[in-house]
Amino acid sequence: MAKGVLVNLTKCIGCGSCTVACKMYNGNQWINDRAATDGERAELADENWTVIQKFRVPRTPNTENAGNSENATKKSDESNGTDQEIWRFVKRQCMHCKEPGCVSSCFAKAFQKTEAGPVVYYPDNCVGCRYCMLACPFKVPKFEWNKTIPVITKCVMCGNRVANGLPPACVSVCPTNVMKFGDYDELLAEAKEMIRQDARFVQHIYGEEEAGGTSWIYISDTPFEQLGFKMNVPKKPIPSYTSSYMHSTPVVGAVWGLILTGLYFFTKRKEQVKAAEKNDSIETENS
Amino acid sequence: MDFNIEFNKWFIRISYDHWSFRITPIRAFLILLSVVTAFLMLYRFAFGLQSVSNLNDHWPWGLWKGWAVFAGAAMAGGGYGTTFLVHILHIKQLKPIVRRTLLISLLGYTFLLVGLFIEIGRWFNFWRPFVSWGHESALFEVFWCVSLYTIIQVLELCEVVTEKVFRGFHWILVRYFPILAIIGVMLPTLHQSSLGAIYLMMDGRLHPLWWSPIIFLFFLLSSLFVGPAMLVMESVLVGYAFGHKTPISILKTLARIGGGIMIFYLVLKIGDLAIHNELGLLLECSFENAAFITELLVGVIIPIAIVFSPLVNRRGWIIVYGFLTSFGVFFNRMNVVITGMARDAGVIYYPTLFEVVISFGLVSTVVLIYLFLCENFNILNCE
Repeated sequence: MAKGVLVNLTKCIGCGSCTVACKMYNGNQWINDRAATDGERAELADENWTVIQKFRVPRTPNTENAGNSENATKKSDESNGTDQEIWRFVKRQCMHCKEPGCVSSCFAKAFQKTEAGPVVYYPDNCVGCRYCMLACPFKVPKFEWNKTIPVITKCVMCGNRVANGLPPACVSVCPTNVMKFGDYDELLAEAKEMIRQDARFVQHIYGEEEAGGTSWIYISDTPFEQLGFKMNVPKKPIPSYTSSYMHSTPVVGAVWGLILTGLYFFTKRKEQVKAAEKNDSIETENS
Repeated sequence: MDFNIEFNKWFIRISYDHWSFRITPIRAFLILLSVVTAFLMLYRFAFGLQSVSNLNDHWPWGLWKGWAVFAGAAMAGGGYGTTFLVHILHIKQLKPIVRRTLLISLLGYTFLLVGLFIEIGRWFNFWRPFVSWGHESALFEVFWCVSLYTIIQVLELCEVVTEKVFRGFHWILVRYFPILAIIGVMLPTLHQSSLGAIYLMMDGRLHPLWWSPIIFLFFLLSSLFVGPAMLVMESVLVGYAFGHKTPISILKTLARIGGGIMIFYLVLKIGDLAIHNELGLLLECSFENAAFITELLVGVIIPIAIVFSPLVNRRGWIIVYGFLTSFGVFFNRMNVVITGMARDAGVIYYPTLFEVVISFGLVSTVVLIYLFLCENFNILNCE
């Protein structure tokens, strides 16, 4: 049974515990001088497999106590904003597509989708061509540009924990239960039920249809486009763009080879006939 | 078995046994550039990609992928077109140039492979796709076809080598040449189109002026029509280096075949935009559109006009045609890899000086090898 994670953004207080757990479990460094792990400028990077991005969004009736946590409506005037703005926090990491672009783009099977759901990386297969970075509609895979022997990096959903039925490290430490780990189908049903019952939720489950569906799904009280989510992600799975091309290739190749062979013998024969006719006419002229 | 260095006013000739090579001031410059490039490459292998390039997480692919792999493969594509005409369709009058186009092709692929080798992060793993089959990837097809085709090309050209050395093997190569020719047309047809198929999954990210569900067909067609243009460029090179004049009738015949494909390409391209209701993009004021119009006007429409007018009988105009068409295809590949992805990347990419020097350095090496082979083997005057 494939696992997934449901992220309820209304519960997130932006404490960043998940990013710490991620770094500790996966042995990654803090690289705040070039890419922050939390804050308004946080971004995924070679050492940042998950980050918490902070957004200031306009206060609306929906954002007043959406969901069931009051923590989320942390007034930004506590810090420096106005009364009209509130904070929202978004946890980012690999979405773990059901049919991942990175997996289908890799010509050496360095990325593989496991049965439990995580998309994991095998550096021993990786050539470092970086096609996966282009293929990912969420731009998740990153590269160790400054290393002599680099690898591609991204969240692997703590693949070995998930395989043993444990939630990923980040999920396990969240103090406000933003993320729920479980069977994907049940989580999706739960998410649907939640946004149906509470009209303050945006009526969209991000990840339900994006790129053909992802193992991580998000619900929010603030429109996703205001929270840095990519809204131009195709609805169909990324591998489906090339699958029919790739499947027809062997057939096209074989047929083309046969045509070439045919043409070769046909034109050669034509030439021989032409040469023979020429010889004949010369002979008749001579005789 | 004499080693000789002969000093002339304009060049130095180095000869050993029955091998010789002239070094002119231009060639000396090319050698310098090649040596600098070799050192830069060592530097890159020691300190990683960031030390020499401006590539980053927003721009995973840049000048090297665009130039060496995408443009390189297309511009080396002349070999399989002429192989098809001469060895499959048995068009005799084109035979004198088939070796030359094959050699340009082989050197182009060598350029591609070396360029790719320094560009991939984990170069020591380059062989993994041979054993770990990611067969859903268009890149997998490119990888296999390019590797095999490079071997095929070496075998095809072995015929030239065995004319001079290892003569005992010559008859084997001559006898099995047709098989090589057939495989040697099939493989590049597949991979030229799959180079385009790499971008199929960039729907909504590669600018719609270039992205199309049939982008692979555009890549295939342009790799075919750039062949004659590259031959023209090469004929300028050998004309300058050896005073060798390529018969204009051959250039004209090939240019017109190429011109026919170009017309088909142009119609298909406009038709493709029309079907997707994207013709309006051609009137838009954007840098993408400027690049696209330049690419089509300078690289396709003007060359078509030259090829199908009496101008084609004048050597000067044929050279203009060759230059514009080659530029057009080069520009097209760079547009797909860089210009068309800029909006999606969100930040500007410009290559470092090192990226540029290495790119030119690799081309210099290719030109030098070509000149050496032409001086020492029967390439230019084969019948």
